[in-house]
Amino acid sequence: MRRLALAVALSVQLAACGGGDATPSDWIVLALTSSPTNLDPAIGLDESSQRLHQLIFSSLLRIDDSLRNVPDLATRFEMQDPQTYVAEIPPGVRFHDGREMTSEDVKASYDRIVNPPEGVVSLRRSAHADIGSIETPDAYTAVFKMKQPNASMLIHFASPWNCIYRAAKLKEDPRFPEKTILGTGAFKFGEYVKGSHWTGERFDGYFRKDRPYLDGYKAFFVKSNNVVTGIVGGQFDAEFRGRTPKESEQIVEGLKGNANVIEGPWVTNLLLTFNTQRKPFDDVRVRQALTLAIDRWAGSQALSKISVLKYVSGLMRPGYEYALPEAELVKLPGFGKDINKSREEAKKLLQEAGVSNLKIKLVNRAIGEPYTTGAIYAMDQWKRIGVETEHSQIETKLFFDAMKDGNFDVLVEFISDFADDPTAQFDKILTKKMSSQAASGHTDQKVEELFEKQARAVDPAERKKIVNELERYALTQAYSVPILWWQRIITNHKKVQGWEHQANHFTASDLVNVWLDE
Amino acid sequence: MADVAIVRSIPADAIPHRPNPVWEFIRKEPLGFAGFLVIVLYFVFALGAVWIAPYDPEAVDFTAMLAAPGAEHLFGTDQYGRDVFSRLVYGARTALGVGILSALAGCTIGALIGAASGYFGGRIDNLIQRIVDIMLAFPIIVLAMVVVAVLGKRVVFGIDVNLIAAIALPMIPKMARIARSSTLSIAQMPFIDAARAAGYGHSRIVLRHILPNIIAPYLIMVTAFIAQAILLEASLSFLGLGVTEPTPAWGLMLSGTSADFYKAAPWMILFPGLAITLAVFAFNLFGDSLRDWLDPKMKG
Repeated sequence: MRRLALAVALSVQLAACGGGDATPSDWIVLALTSSPTNLDPAIGLDESSQRLHQLIFSSLLRIDDSLRNVPDLATRFEMQDPQTYVAEIPPGVRFHDGREMTSEDVKASYDRIVNPPEGVVSLRRSAHADIGSIETPDAYTAVFKMKQPNASMLIHFASPWNCIYRAAKLKEDPRFPEKTILGTGAFKFGEYVKGSHWTGERFDGYFRKDRPYLDGYKAFFVKSNNVVTGIVGGQFDAEFRGRTPKESEQIVEGLKGNANVIEGPWVTNLLLTFNTQRKPFDDVRVRQALTLAIDRWAGSQALSKISVLKYVSGLMRPGYEYALPEAELVKLPGFGKDINKSREEAKKLLQEAGVSNLKIKLVNRAIGEPYTTGAIYAMDQWKRIGVETEHSQIETKLFFDAMKDGNFDVLVEFISDFADDPTAQFDKILTKKMSSQAASGHTDQKVEELFEKQARAVDPAERKKIVNELERYALTQAYSVPILWWQRIITNHKKVQGWEHQANHFTASDLVNVWLDE
Repeated sequence: MADVAIVRSIPADAIPHRPNPVWEFIRKEPLGFAGFLVIVLYFVFALGAVWIAPYDPEAVDFTAMLAAPGAEHLFGTDQYGRDVFSRLVYGARTALGVGILSALAGCTIGALIGAASGYFGGRIDNLIQRIVDIMLAFPIIVLAMVVVAVLGKRVVFGIDVNLIAAIALPMIPKMARIARSSTLSIAQMPFIDAARAAGYGHSRIVLRHILPNIIAPYLIMVTAFIAQAILLEASLSFLGLGVTEPTPAWGLMLSGTSADFYKAAPWMILFPGLAITLAVFAFNLFGDSLRDWLDPKMKG
């Protein structure tokens, strides 16, 4: 009996000490559904890398919960003219090694993106190609001189990938961010155990006073299907990518009144791309028929109960100021509300095109939600106009090979970005000449002209007009058409407070304002 | 002297009575017969799916999402409003089609390899048996997954031949082992020596004299492997490596987000699970009984 009592007492003491794997109470435990691909934010463009980079690094601007640009490091950011941007950073911003950040660090970081030294990978170089030079008139001012106006430039300055590195370290070794993690963010790097977890501790010298509230975080890399049980079981406090409606219900039910659900649109959609290099998809009537057959409005009502697919919109996120209003959208092929009329028109178009007994090879990734869901829906809708489909679900590598080689009739893909940027959102409807991501294979001068025009229109009203015109034209030509846009449902324990919901899964991960209401 | 045929009548009761083999099987192997009836039922489903299934198994119906079993939908509907019973009936086609074709392919190739190995003996036998050893060292599901992942999908006449190859491959070494051991005993028989003495070639001896004599273990293994193949197809589909949506397939019906609905619509996973279990059970029962019936020495 005495032995048992001793053992119990010892266990209690050990538990109180925290043990090897225990997490201090002011630490948040996160679930990440994949490991980071690269420590360097310029290379690790994936979601997990990005989430971790934001905890460590800072950018000049950032995106707020309305997807607007707001200051991050910069205390003043001004467009002096369409080709000059001035950024002022405050004195006293410190890297995690204690050194002060200056405009030289800003210059070196952007130079690395625009003109990468030999051996350095700059995956987003083309998006920044309009930056001509960067001047540093003083230690806290950086002036960006553009080669030509670029309407998306402000978005790029708020990009979570445009982190500021230490210039001196880059000078020593331009590839140091791939090996060493040194930023100015709210948390210092703790440890990274591949395939297991990543930790970070509060950085006391963080430039926003009294932040962050948390002492640290521990992010576990887990399979997506373990997230729900992990949150319900108390292993994780939060997961910020988003869950399906059913998974959200399971968390709410499992946490018995202690769950907090935040929902909203997502700058991500599911897209159907037609291969215009193959017959009969080179015929606009066939493409229009296939988009006309899809009842997006009914699909939105039903699919949103079982999937993240929810919103009806064109090529811009629903709710974005540049998105086509519903009254205009319903006039475009595939967006009308009278589905019987649309399907009659679809059958007529197929007949006019001389296409009967059409059988489509639909190439999709072997990912369940929402790719399989969207494909099942599209195939069912096409069947209603007499079109049969062979659904080919393949591994991601094979999918991108098929996409590159044009080995498909129709492709299920997506548009996803961290912000509403027409230049980025139009990427998939462009000609091959203009975008490596465009798979449709069409040539269309009007698309190229309108795209280029909107990209250079720095006046918002003018740009909106051109964006709307291009959107109307592109949806009528139907090279790539959205099925539905996604809804983002974040369901966590309600003790996680201060997190701001954003319509993307890349940003809002710095945990600067997050605290735990224990 | 002319030949004289002497005809003598034999009394009817002197001829030994040979019972009807079907009745004999039913009498001696009632469980096996029950399994056989279930298999017949599945065949009826597979062949008559067009007439039996009340709904198009791929038709999405948002007005009937997650409907409970009832008069309108016997086994309820899934998250897309598709009729679960219709999908099960059509799923029998996938299960039996893939199961039978892959079991036949695996057993036939295995029997040929095993017979050749046992007949030739020596270095050839040694080489083949070491390859068989290596193949047997891989877990069945892992081997099948590797084949599917490497070969991808190749549909011929609506059938994914690579999936069939993936399922057949793990069966080859098992059948080869059994065929080899049967061949080793048959090869010692006088009629094989006679065939050799008559100058017949190896292929004629193997194909005409050995293989017909290992037909009993072959049939037994085919029935046993059909059960395994159905299970393997269901497992691969469950893992997303088998047939793809919206094809009705039992394993696929259990996969993906189906598990998310286990509380709201338990019928979505209950009925496909039962269909797989029952099919595997029926083929195993029938296979065991067939083995006992064809080769009573193995009984017990």
